[in-house]
Amino acid sequence: MSSSTTHEHYYVPAQSRLPLWMAFSMFLTVFGMGGMMVDMTTGRESSSTWIFIAGFALLSFVMYTWFAQAIRENHAGLNSEQLKRSYVWGMGWFIFSEVFFFLAFFGALFYVRVFVGPWLGGEGAKGVSNYLWEGFEFTWPMMSNPDNSIFQAPQAVIGAFGLPLINTIILIASSITLTVAHHALKAEHRKQLNIWLAVTIALAVIFLFLQAMEYVHAYQDLGLTLSSGIYGSTFFLLTGFHGVHVTIGTLMLVIMLIRSLKGHFKPNDHFGFEAAAWYWHFVDVVWVIVFVVVYWF
Amino acid sequence: MQRKLLRGSLALPALLIGSWAQAGWQLNMPRGVTDISHQVYDLHMLTLWVCVVIGVLVFGVMFYSMYKHRKSKGAVSADFHESTKVELAWTLIPAAVIFGIGVKATYVLADMYNVDDAEMTVEVVGYQWRWRYRYLSDDPDTEVTFFSNMATDWDEINNLVDKNPNYLLDVDEPMVLPTGTKVRFILTSADVIHSWWVPALAVKKDAVPGIANEAWTIINEPGTYRGQCTELCGKDHGFMPVVVEAVTPEEFDAWLAVKQDEARQMAELTGRDWSMAELMERGQSVYNTSCASCHQVDGSGNAPTFPALRGSDYVRGDIDDVIDIILNGKRGSMMPAFRDQLSEVDTAAVTTYIRNAWGNNVGDMVTPVDILDIKAGQ
Amino acid sequence: MTTATHDHDHDHDHHGPAKGITRWLYTTNHKDIGTMYLWFSFAMFLLGGTFAMVIRAELFQPGLQLVSPEFFNQMTTMHGLVMVFGAVMPAFVGLANWMIPMMIGAPDMALPRMNNLSFWILPFAFALLVSTLFMEGGGPNFGWTFYAPLSTTYAPPSTTYFIFAVHIMGASSIMGAINIVATILNMRAPGMTMMKMPLFVWTWLITSYLLIAVMPVLAGVVTMMLFDIHFATSFFDAAGGGSPILFQHLFWFFGHPEVYIMILPAFGIVSAIIPAFARKPLFGYSSMVYATASIAFLSFIVWGHHMFTVGIPFLGQAFFMWSTMLIAVPTGVKVFNWVTTMFRGSMTFETPMLFALAFVVLFTIGGFSGLMLAVAPVDFQYHDTYFVVAHFHYVLVPGAVFSIMAAVYYWLPKWSGRMYNETMGKVHFWLSFVGVNILFFPQHFLGLAGMPRRIPDYALQFTNFNMISSVGGFLFGLSQLLFLYIVVHTVVAGKKAPAKPWDGAEGLEWTVDSPAPYHTFSTPPKIN
Ligand code: HEA
Ligand code: HEA
Ligand code: HEC
Ligand code: CUA
Ligand SMILES: [Cu+2]
Repeated sequence: MSSSTTHEHYYVPAQSRLPLWMAFSMFLTVFGMGGMMVDMTTGRESSSTWIFIAGFALLSFVMYTWFAQAIRENHAGLNSEQLKRSYVWGMGWFIFSEVFFFLAFFGALFYVRVFVGPWLGGEGAKGVSNYLWEGFEFTWPMMSNPDNSIFQAPQAVIGAFGLPLINTIILIASSITLTVAHHALKAEHRKQLNIWLAVTIALAVIFLFLQAMEYVHAYQDLGLTLSSGIYGSTFFLLTGFHGVHVTIGTLMLVIMLIRSLKGHFKPNDHFGFEAAAWYWHFVDVVWVIVFVVVYWF
Repeated sequence: MQRKLLRGSLALPALLIGSWAQAGWQLNMPRGVTDISHQVYDLHMLTLWVCVVIGVLVFGVMFYSMYKHRKSKGAVSADFHESTKVELAWTLIPAAVIFGIGVKATYVLADMYNVDDAEMTVEVVGYQWRWRYRYLSDDPDTEVTFFSNMATDWDEINNLVDKNPNYLLDVDEPMVLPTGTKVRFILTSADVIHSWWVPALAVKKDAVPGIANEAWTIINEPGTYRGQCTELCGKDHGFMPVVVEAVTPEEFDAWLAVKQDEARQMAELTGRDWSMAELMERGQSVYNTSCASCHQVDGSGNAPTFPALRGSDYVRGDIDDVIDIILNGKRGSMMPAFRDQLSEVDTAAVTTYIRNAWGNNVGDMVTPVDILDIKAGQ
Repeated sequence: MTTATHDHDHDHDHHGPAKGITRWLYTTNHKDIGTMYLWFSFAMFLLGGTFAMVIRAELFQPGLQLVSPEFFNQMTTMHGLVMVFGAVMPAFVGLANWMIPMMIGAPDMALPRMNNLSFWILPFAFALLVSTLFMEGGGPNFGWTFYAPLSTTYAPPSTTYFIFAVHIMGASSIMGAINIVATILNMRAPGMTMMKMPLFVWTWLITSYLLIAVMPVLAGVVTMMLFDIHFATSFFDAAGGGSPILFQHLFWFFGHPEVYIMILPAFGIVSAIIPAFARKPLFGYSSMVYATASIAFLSFIVWGHHMFTVGIPFLGQAFFMWSTMLIAVPTGVKVFNWVTTMFRGSMTFETPMLFALAFVVLFTIGGFSGLMLAVAPVDFQYHDTYFVVAHFHYVLVPGAVFSIMAAVYYWLPKWSGRMYNETMGKVHFWLSFVGVNILFFPQHFLGLAGMPRRIPDYALQFTNFNMISSVGGFLFGLSQLLFLYIVVHTVVAGKKAPAKPWDGAEGLEWTVDSPAPYHTFSTPPKIN
């Protein structure tokens, strides 16, 4: 953080086409995705799916090119210590912003559990609301909704100490294996790095697989769906967005593995790896909170 | 639209003169007619004066400096730039001022939240774009329920005729309340969020779908008090007035008795025999208050959102489908469910009306009793 | 330049801008990007202003004249959205881009390519947003606060595009903010300690934190809307155990900090301009920093003041009332500091100073009405009336927008190397000043007398003040065309400006030439 060190040359990249293309591809992606959703809900037909696919492909390509270029610059020795610090700050605050994204969903869960639910059930400062939902009693998990004709309540929910616990153990283990890999990197044990990184990825994939199984189980056997009231809504959005983040994190780790196999990373210069690791630990911490507040209590 | 524009611009000079002559210069909040509204008014004035005083002091110093310490007057700048003492002072003094206002406000707030000991309760339900009032009673048969629609003619709104003095603030049936009585309100909504506001009572509370809010008032003086919906609730948010008529308790009881009587008559009306002509006549007025805002008076609709009913295959098709969409609306579209909004008689009337008006001429009719059966069956 | 290994990119780094359109499309230069942000924001200001003109024209007299109620609602919504997200925020980001590296002695922003990405997302996002107006069923018509369920179950199909536009625009803001944080924390020239940074830099640092914290919450809440609309979740539907009020809590957790995002950088600008033209150092620099931080902190715990009438339980209501009123204290500190800076100064009144002075007075008036709104029991009378509209326009237009104009006049010589025409600047100021007060002051009266906001038509007793307000609006709006003219005229044909056109100005930006060279501080300056 201090800038009182002697001055280094800061690498200001030359002009780049990437940002504009990236903005454009983001636009295409969301435009296509929006169109797909409108089509789905209104029964309209349009070419939105293709726009989405084109946008997403372009987005992936641009991001690939961009990261490749950043890596190339680093290998070319263009990056000063100061620039590397900028990357560190950038990643750090990006994760900070992600925390707040999850906070919105945790906040929603907290609010409905602690306030809205009891109110609708007739307790607390606004218990009068219960007269609108005669017969509704609030329990958590919510096995009956205020209006079951619109939102079909689930028959059962997923207990904490089955799959979710196993998943918790898997994710915590993956954080440990990743740390082992990191140490191996610092100690220049390339082979161990690769092995432990691969183990981490394997754990991640198992996690995702189990998560998918759980969803199938919830939908097919328990009637626990997105539309089964606020329990289902919060359940799927919290675990779902977590799952999306695990997927992204896994991709990052896979890329790190590929890079490691290509011989990238030096013991004192491997921020790409560290960024992925931070992200992974963050995803892990989020999971622990999900486990506690979504499944357990 | 262009014609409207033209007419608007022609009417402009007349309007300018007309309106400037009217009393339209009210600057401040009305004091209202309840103890709470008086307290609120006092708090408002207190805060306002505090701000004015602080403003005069701050801007006073500023204008003084701008006048005295200007370069063109040869002012040479000092270079002090810190003083813990004054900085502390101007942190603590405003904090103290705020503390004073805050304490007083907290008391008033607590009072507003105290709905205990209410002598009667009125349920207020917001609909797009009308209010439904229900006077709760332990005996369901004596409960009085009615809708309160804006009574201003759309011709006035579209500048086709002169505007009356209560333009936009008039309803067909006001909420009637007794003076000197603690009335509790329960507010909720059937669709989106509305907000029920009567300035003279200093009551403003949101009507939120699925959630009930409470408020209360004791009106000191008889009179007619007007307000509006104050939460954006869609297209006709601006056309959703609230009118409260405060009368003496005796008058109120009389009014309530009449209303209860009407409710009984309504039940009888449902059982009565109806002729086509009667239904058409009633249907037209129901249509114009409840449907015309979307489907237009002449049934031409407003494409693409609001389909035309004139010449519509749907309207002229299976009558059960027509009744169904009127009773239950269409989820995911703007078409509301009128099940609770219209009586059986009115539902029958409007169905008959739209099937036969504007040259739709299907020729059939449906009776209130049929509607009652359909409702019971669902 | 310390080591020889770096020399190969030395000259590459010091060439000027590329030729042609690609200079702008592909740029990584903070000055170019800053310029693009500023022009974009001005375009959005005109667009949002045009929407406002539709509103004011319709409200010129009672009755429906020009537009239908549906369209009126779309105008209100789009006006709010475009002004907030398209005009004011990007303008401040543009100023940050231009000034922060120069103020802290950095060669550029910390992450120059991401910087360009942050910018280029915006034109796409706003194209998407504005295009909804032409879609079937019309554009968003539920106010810039888009309360559910009006914005979910009852919303037009275009809402989905609106949601995605908000998503990518939020991504742009977050990246922009991260960039600014990284720049400020990491790129300061040796000797530029935190407590030596100009206040504009400080206020932006704190603003960035607000952005990084609240934009994701906005993204979260629109995502919930998306799921409620398309995937039958019940976040905002009590029938499934959710609540429409949940929407408001989440929205305002974002929304209140958002309004400070639009004012903190303004505080920074004014804190630069007033000392310059009072020729006296800013009074209470460190208390300014602490006050800014306190405001930012408090802004996270006051959101309920927008929801006084939705039926928050008593304790919540009292908490939000007290915390909100508390904000007046640190804000007061700032106002007092500015006034004391002027006291016993040696003042001159060039255009930037005029705007800054008007800012102090009119923002404070807006702050006063804010304090009145904060008094919960009285807010029952003010809420959702034109009193609120008057409040926030006072803090936003002669507040945020005036500060931006002050900044443009103040730094335009540095950017363009040319001096604006002082007389025209003053004319622009006075027209704006008079216009804005005619426009918004009567709205206080309208609100107190009981006129609700977001209505296309009103009762007759509100006619007079609405007419006056509309006239003020047209005056203010037309004056902004003069602003456009002045800026273009300066850039094209202004007189040459010296490196430091303001004798009282302080700061690194005045140590470089005017116009500022394409690359500044490739070698960091020495700060003592
Ligand atoms: C730049 C934007 C900005 C700023 C800076 C503020 C500043 C403040 N705002 Fe405002 N506000 C908005 C933008 C802003 N607001 C917007 C956009 C809305 C409406 C949103 C919508 O619904 O669409 C809104 C709405 C709004 C409401 C909700 C009203 C309602 O809907 O019912 C409230 C209520 O408390 C409020 C309060 C305040 C307060 C207390 C401050 C304080 O920060 C002000 C502090 C400043 C001062 C008080 C002046 C200087 C101080 C002194 C000179 C010291 C001494 C003073 C005293 C002791 C009095 N604001
Ligand atoms: C920074 C934000 C910002 C800014 C700068 C402004 C600027 C203006 N705003 Fe507003 N406004 C909001 C933010 C802002 N606003 C918000 C958040 C809302 C709430 C929305 C909601 O309820 O959801 C709102 C709502 C709002 C309303 C209430 C609408 C309603 O409740 O229905 C009104 C009504 O008068 C209004 C008017 C104006 C006017 C006349 C200007 C003027 O200052 C604009 C001046 C600029 C121009 C006019 C453009 C330049 C000139 C031209 C393009 C030339 C053409 C000019 C002519 C033909 C004269 N705004
Ligand atoms: C808030 C606006 C609104 C009001 C008020 C309203 N409608 Fe509708 N109505 C609609 C919309 C929108 C549709 C189209 C629904 C769809 O098919 O998506 C519709 C459809 C209909 C249809 C089906 C027509 C067709 O061709 O598909 C009938 C019949 C109808 N309305 C009758 C009525 C009657 C009778 C009333 C009054 C008692 C009424 N509506 C009030 C908005 C409204
Ligand atoms: Cu009902 Cu606004
Ligand atoms: Cu606020």
